[in-house]
Parts: sequence; structure tokens; C-alpha cells
Amino acid sequence: MSDLTRLSASDLADALASRSVSSVEATKAHLERIEHTEGHVGAFLARSENALAVAKDSDERRAAGEELSALSGVPIAIKDVLCTTDMVTTAGSRILEGWRPPYDATVVTKLRRAGMVALGKTNMDEFAMGSSTEHSGYQVTRNPWNLSLAPGGSGGGSAAAVAARQAPLAIGSDTGGSIRQPAAFTGTVGVKPTYGGVSRYGVIALASSLDQVGPVSRTVRDAALLHDIIGGHDPHDSTSIPTPWGSMTAAADRGLAASSLQGLRVGIVRELITEGLDPGVKQRFDETVALLGAHGADVIEVEAPHCEYAVAAYYLILPAEASSNLAKFDSVRFGLRVTPGGNPTVEDVMSATRDAGFGDEVKRRIILGTYALSAGYYDAYYASAQKVRTLIQRDFALAFEKVDLLISPSAPTTAFPLGAKMDDPLAMWAGDLTTIPANLAGIPGMSLPMGLSPEDGMPVGLQLMAPAYQDARLYQAGATIERLFYERDGYRVSERVPEVG
Amino acid sequence: MGSDALMDFDKALELFEPVLGFEVHVELSTLTKMFSAAPNPAALDEAHVEPNTCITPLCLGLPGSLPVVNGTAVQYSISLGLALGCQIAPVSRFSRKNYFYPDLAKNYQISQYDEPIAFEGSVQVEMDDGSLVDIPIERAHMEEDAGKLTHVGGATGRIQGAEYSLVDYNRAGVPLVEIVTKPIEGMEHRAGELGRAYVSTIRDMVRGLGISHARMERGNLRCDANVSLRPRGTTPYGTRTETKNVNSFRSIEKAVRYEIQRQAFILAAGGTITQETRHWHEDTGTTSRGRPKSDADDYRYFPEPDLLPVEVSPELIEALRAKLPEQPVMLRRRLRADWGFSDVDFQAIVNAGVMTEVRETIDLGVSPVSARKWWMGELLRIANEKAVEVGSIATPHDVKALQELIDAGRLTDTLAREVVGAMVEGEGTPEEIVVARGLEVVSDDGALLAAIDKALADQPDVLGKIREGKTQASGAIVGAVMSAMRGQADAKRVQALIIERASEGS
Repeated sequence: MSDLTRLSASDLADALASRSVSSVEATKAHLERIEHTEGHVGAFLARSENALAVAKDSDERRAAGEELSALSGVPIAIKDVLCTTDMVTTAGSRILEGWRPPYDATVVTKLRRAGMVALGKTNMDEFAMGSSTEHSGYQVTRNPWNLSLAPGGSGGGSAAAVAARQAPLAIGSDTGGSIRQPAAFTGTVGVKPTYGGVSRYGVIALASSLDQVGPVSRTVRDAALLHDIIGGHDPHDSTSIPTPWGSMTAAADRGLAASSLQGLRVGIVRELITEGLDPGVKQRFDETVALLGAHGADVIEVEAPHCEYAVAAYYLILPAEASSNLAKFDSVRFGLRVTPGGNPTVEDVMSATRDAGFGDEVKRRIILGTYALSAGYYDAYYASAQKVRTLIQRDFALAFEKVDLLISPSAPTTAFPLGAKMDDPLAMWAGDLTTIPANLAGIPGMSLPMGLSPEDGMPVGLQLMAPAYQDARLYQAGATIERLFYERDGYRVSERVPEVG
Repeated sequence: MGSDALMDFDKALELFEPVLGFEVHVELSTLTKMFSAAPNPAALDEAHVEPNTCITPLCLGLPGSLPVVNGTAVQYSISLGLALGCQIAPVSRFSRKNYFYPDLAKNYQISQYDEPIAFEGSVQVEMDDGSLVDIPIERAHMEEDAGKLTHVGGATGRIQGAEYSLVDYNRAGVPLVEIVTKPIEGMEHRAGELGRAYVSTIRDMVRGLGISHARMERGNLRCDANVSLRPRGTTPYGTRTETKNVNSFRSIEKAVRYEIQRQAFILAAGGTITQETRHWHEDTGTTSRGRPKSDADDYRYFPEPDLLPVEVSPELIEALRAKLPEQPVMLRRRLRADWGFSDVDFQAIVNAGVMTEVRETIDLGVSPVSARKWWMGELLRIANEKAVEVGSIATPHDVKALQELIDAGRLTDTLAREVVGAMVEGEGTPEEIVVARGLEVVSDDGALLAAIDKALADQPDVLGKIREGKTQASGAIVGAVMSAMRGQADAKRVQALIIERASEGS
């Protein structure tokens, strides 16, 4: 029954509900798929030992007539940045090698309560610092579309697992594009919800004011189903939004039912259409603009002038917060401990541990952030960056007075070769231009595939952005646009992924 | 340590003017900690809590853990701010103070930095002679406490020379309010006394508000004393030192005087004062060098991104203001009148730091004279002997229970003192001790009469004298009976029974 891995989460859920398929069967199919492909893809850092037991439990509950969540029994992969009591949690860092958290992240708790079957923990750039997953302290994850290419990052593991059909769904986290850029590189769908829409409790913090957990899937509706399970207020996270959310699935269903985009005001963010765009990306984007217009959308160009400074501001705010968030990794209470020779002081042990446990990119950002927060530099760097952030928020607020939705390519390029940017951090960072503004502004963003690049045949991602709290708008419009692409092309991009290995 | 050369106090004040500043940390007695649902050890009655049992992932700084502000702690802080005469910020903010230390689990402390919840206040304190001094308050801000390190294997219990260190995170995250005064000038010879009076006023204040147990010996209330000297006739402040963790009222007074004398000696000899923290040593009554401290210490403060700003409505502020108890100084003056003590007696209570205990005991229904007798008598004597705060060895409820036993005729004063001794040693409540030690006054007349008959029979000549009306002769019989009863009898009752018995037989 390996065909089960070809089902969308939505279709699989229907099959489970009608009891034509059991969760145990679906879970076995995905475990076999992982077994078969993982040697090539390298998406997982840890695998669950009790996936089948959880699946069996879901099946039994269903047989007993219990009322189940929409995704009960559906397998899922979890980015290794979320704490799980039953699986080692490392955030891709050697400094946490072997660490078993004593508590579950709120999102993980919600997945468990929903009866979803966790398959394992996915690879990522160390502490989510990176755009290719190559900064993982453990292993390389390869893009299922072309094993010599990077899957994007930091959530390359989650995106690759979903693209390679190792899991129909995955959890990602997005601080500056870590869900959306890998989605674009792997032909999957990824959503960064409104800041505060999904709990950060139990999510190993990179930059607290930017981090947001979200769904990774192969269809917009699948992402909506997962979003409905993981979203909502959490009293353990003070930045979690207390107001109730509408159903994202209902919004996606409205989008699937609608026949046009009539009257939808769509803005193209001029500053995000740079000369750095791959011609193939630009071509697919232009076609999309035409397609939206042809289906009734009112597409105009809008300005967000301060996006020019977004990358610079982001790479001050993020390292500043990260330098503080990562201070806890000191060997005293958990994780790696390296004791140097001689008669070391506790400072010597902390220092040796951090030197051995952190990778270069992490050290780079800790040093940068420490510097940016230092007395005498704070105003010039951190405070100025926060001002830019406010200006970008204002830019978006003004733009959303004119339009309902903003669009851009999800990333300026398609997937790049493994190793291509490892020696050039600035080039790696520059690729985040398109995704960073949504994090700085706190607004929701979605990446969905808009075709394959004529240049390299790799997937190209379309980014949709909506005002804060209007995540449902992304799902409604996204579902419609996804269907228009399907009607145009006759296939879903994710179906075109080559057979791995 | 203890080798500092000191200048005579009077001479020091001839040459220099002391400028003072105090930072008082108050541990709030909320049920849970400042940012987590962990039980707050500062709210517990027990002095000893097993290490690392009052903890959550946040207290250990585990990856992924997040802080949530304790609303009760915020209300307590507002009440304290109001009692300090401060303005309350409608919006205040938490920041991160970044530094690496093993007792600081996250390696940053969540504290308020440039936007404290309370600022610009003033507190009136009463000096020993009854005069009032206004202490200017700069700010009162909320923060979390750190854990506790125990250094094992060294001779001194200090980190130098220790083989290893243990860390207990029970205290990590305990809610604190730090109260910072502005520089205080013009106190002259009374500088030390002012420190004692100020901290005792803060203690009375937080006890009165019911927001802290304020037991200095347990660190619920901690005082850092800043002292600097400037030559007479000059304006700029001298370099200050910060004497940390002076944990009794008496020590604050002593530490301030010590620093004045120490600094004066150095300055008069042409030396300079190093800006540094100093440790107070209770045993030697001296301070020793801690770590250098400069205003440029770089804690890389930035707004805590895991927390929203603390917003306080004017309604809440006014509701808390309406519930404020009397100011400590006003309360003292009223109580002095209510209790009917002489100025000298009342001031002795204040100076001994047992005002709150006496007051709470009287509030429980014990007479002012009895309350004063116990707190200023046996309990204070034992506390002094043990060099601890008197509030740490007994509670107002203990005193009430004791006095009730006396009032009921079940204990004599002499027996009661034995009970107090046992109570302080933790043998239980007065009632339990009386039972366990069999100390109860023998009020069974049968037993007393048997002893009296025996004593009278032993001393027949005395019986005769009593019958002749020489009642003072009964003293010898009373003595014999009390001795036979091992003191567990009411002497007056014994005497009455003797007279009765003697007259019966005539």
C-alpha cells in the first residue's frame, strides 16, 4: 500500500474517517517510505519508536466510535526545534546531542491530543540559523528534486520529508523564512502564521520576537487542517494572541469552491522584485500575475520602501536576541559538557563547551548579536534596527490599506547546489530578502508552488502575505490560486518530484 | 579580612561628609514564582526546602521554556510602590540583564531596567530620638531572584579553594522588588542609624502590606549599603562602595560605620577608594573586597522579547491605593498611644526590631504588657544569644498560645520560660511541649494537699506558727511543696491551701 504516501493529508484523513484505511497502514507506509528514501534524503535526525502504537491507538479510538480530530491517525514529521518528551531534541546542534526534554512543546501536545502520529524529528540548520540546512551539526539533507541541491533552510528536513512523501505533513518554524523558503525549494506549501498565532512554548528559541511555528504540506488545504490543530492561544506563551481564530480549513474550502478571484486587490511589493531574481523565477511570477488578473484580481504595484533595509535590520535583531537566548547552553544543567585540562573554572568549562558545541554560523551570530547589544553600540545597531522594523510595519500597514493581499516570489532563486553559499554568509543571508519582511512586520505569509522554473526544472514558490490576524485570507486565496495552477498545468508541482534513489 | 585600618568615627566625620544609598531587595510571598508556576519558597514557612524541588523548566533555563508574568506579584509591587510614595508607571517593561553565572539558569536575569513599575517616591523613617527623616526613593522595580551556590571543599565556604560547587535553583525566579534610594546626604553621625531605621521601616511596610515574610535571616529582605565620602566643603560625590547582603538591622548600622571609618582612613592618607562591592562579615564585623564594579559594567540590557509590556489600569492602582495600610511611622505613633507604653519602652521595641511581632501578637488578643514581656524578654534574650533575628525563633501565634496557658493558670512564668526554650529548639507548640515535658502546673488540689500535709508533718513547728497567725511562716512550707512538685505548681494557690489546711486542723 505504498500509494498511501501519495495521498494528501486531507485525502488520507478522509480515507481514515471512512475506515477504508487504518492509521497503522498509513503509518507503516510512511515508515517504509522513510526506510526506502532516507539514505538519499537525510531528512530525519530522530525517529519515533512508538509511531505504530500511536497509530493503533487512533484506530482503536475510531473503532470505538470516539469523536476524533480531523487529522487523527495522520502521520507527521516535527522539526527538531520543538521539545518532545519521547524523542531526542537537539535543534540541529551538537551542544544538545542526546537531550531528552522533560516536557512537550505546546504544539506537540496539541498534535498528540489530535491523535496525530509523530514519525520523527527533522533536520535543520543549527538553532535554525541558515538557509540551506547545511549548518546542521549532524547531517546534510538533500533536495528530493535533485540530490545535489540544498532543500533550503532552516527547515530543510521538514520540507524535504514532505516533498519526498516521507510524511504528508510536517511542523516547521519560521524566523526569517525557514518554513517558506524550503517550501519554495521543494515544491511544497509552507505557512508562517501571524506572530502570536501559534504557541512558541517548548520551541527552542532563535529570535523570540520573530520565531513562529507553522505547517508544511503538499496542498493549501492540508496546511489549513494542520494550522487549525496547532493554532490558538496558549497561556504558557505571553506573546500568544488571546483572541479566537476562525477555521483555516473553512477558508481553504471557500477558496476551493470559488470560481474566480473577482475583486481581490493584490499588491506586488516593488522592493521584493529585485534584479537578483532568477529569470526563471521572474518568468513564473509574471505568469502568475497575469493569471490572477485574468481571473478577476485587481493587481497593482505597491511600495514598501523600507524593505531595502530589512535584511540589515533582521541580521541585527536576530543575532541580538539569539546571543541572549543561546546563553543558556553553558553545560551546567543539560547538554554537552567539555571539561578542559588543568584546573578549569566554571567559566573555562562553559567556554570550552560552547566552543566545541556550537558551529561556525551560530558563533558568528552570537558574536554579532553580543556586539550589537553592547554599551555604546546599542543605539547605533539594535535600537536603529528596531526603528527600521517599525518603519517596515508601517509600510505594510499602508500597503494593506490599498490591497487585500501582497505577493512576491517566495525566494529570489530556485534551490541552489549544496555547498554553493557555505563560504559566503552574506550571499546566504541576501537570499532571505523576500521572506524576512513578514517576520519583521509580524504578518502571516504562505509559500505555494507556482510551477517549475524553465531554467532548471526546479520548483518556484509564490509568496502570499496578508495583514496580521488575517491568516484565513491566505488560505482562501491560496487554495483558489493553487487550483488555478492545477487547472492551467494539469498537475500539482508536488506530484512531479522525481522518484528518489 | 579584618585587617583594614580604620579612622576614629568622630574624626572621620570631622574630615568627611558621608553620602549614603540603599538597595533593598524584597522577596515577595506570592504562591508561585515571578514568571512560572513553580512554588515560591519565599512563601513557605519552612526554613529548609530540599534543593531543586521548587522548580519548573523555566527555573532551570531549559530550552523552549518561556516566562509568564505573575499578576499577583505585579499587584504586590504596585502596592509597595504606592506605600513608598512612588508614581506607578501605566506601562512598564521587563528587560534582560545578560551575564554568565552558574546560579543564573538562563544566563540572563529578567529585570526592569529603564522602565520600572514605580519611581520617584519618599519614605518617612523615625530615628531613635523620635525625629523623622524623609528618604528619597528613586525607583522600585520587579525582577527575579537567582539560584544559590554552595561551595564545597574549601576552608572558607567561598569559591576560592572549593573543590566543587552545588547549585540549588529553588530560589531562581522568586519574585523580587528592588527598592533603590536616591543619594542621602546630611546624616552625619546618624548615617548608620539611618540605615537601620530605613530597612526596619521597609520591613514593617512589607509585613504590613502582607507581601513578604521579610525575614532577613532567610534573605527575604536583603540590603546593599552604598557609602561614599566627600571632603567637607566639597560638592561632588566621592567614589562609593557597595556592601552586599547585610542581613540584620544591627549589621547595617555597623557596616555603614565601618565603611565610613575605612574609607576615611584611606582618603586621609592620600589614597583612593576603589569602586567595588564589599562583603559584610557578621562574625568579625568587617567588610572585605568583592568584585570591582564600574558604571560601565555591560549587561547588554534589551527589552525582554518573551514578555509583553506590563500595563496597569488607573482603576487597579486606585483600588490598591485604597487598601494601603497605615504608613509605618504613623502606625508606630498611633500604636505607642494605643498600647500605653512609655516612649522609652516603645522605642526599645522599635530598636529591637520586634514592632511587627508585638503588634501582631496584640492583634491576636494578647495584652500589650504580656506581648512586650515575651518579645522584649525571654525571646529577645535567646535571639541575642543565638545572634539571629527574634522574628525567626517564634511567631505571634506561639506567644499567644503561651500566654493563654499562663492566663488559664496552667503555666507559671517560670515554667513558661522553659517552654519558650523548648519551643525555640523546635520541640513543637507550647501545648505540645507542656504535654511532652509534663510541665503543666499541678492544679489538682488533692496532689497539692498531699504534699502540703507531708511538709506540715515534716515541720510541725511551722504549723504552730501559722496557727498563731504568723502566716509568713508558711513560706517554708510553700518552698517545700514547690520543690516536691518540681516547680509545677502555682505558689499562690499553694499558700492559700496551706492556710486553709492549717486552720482546718486547729
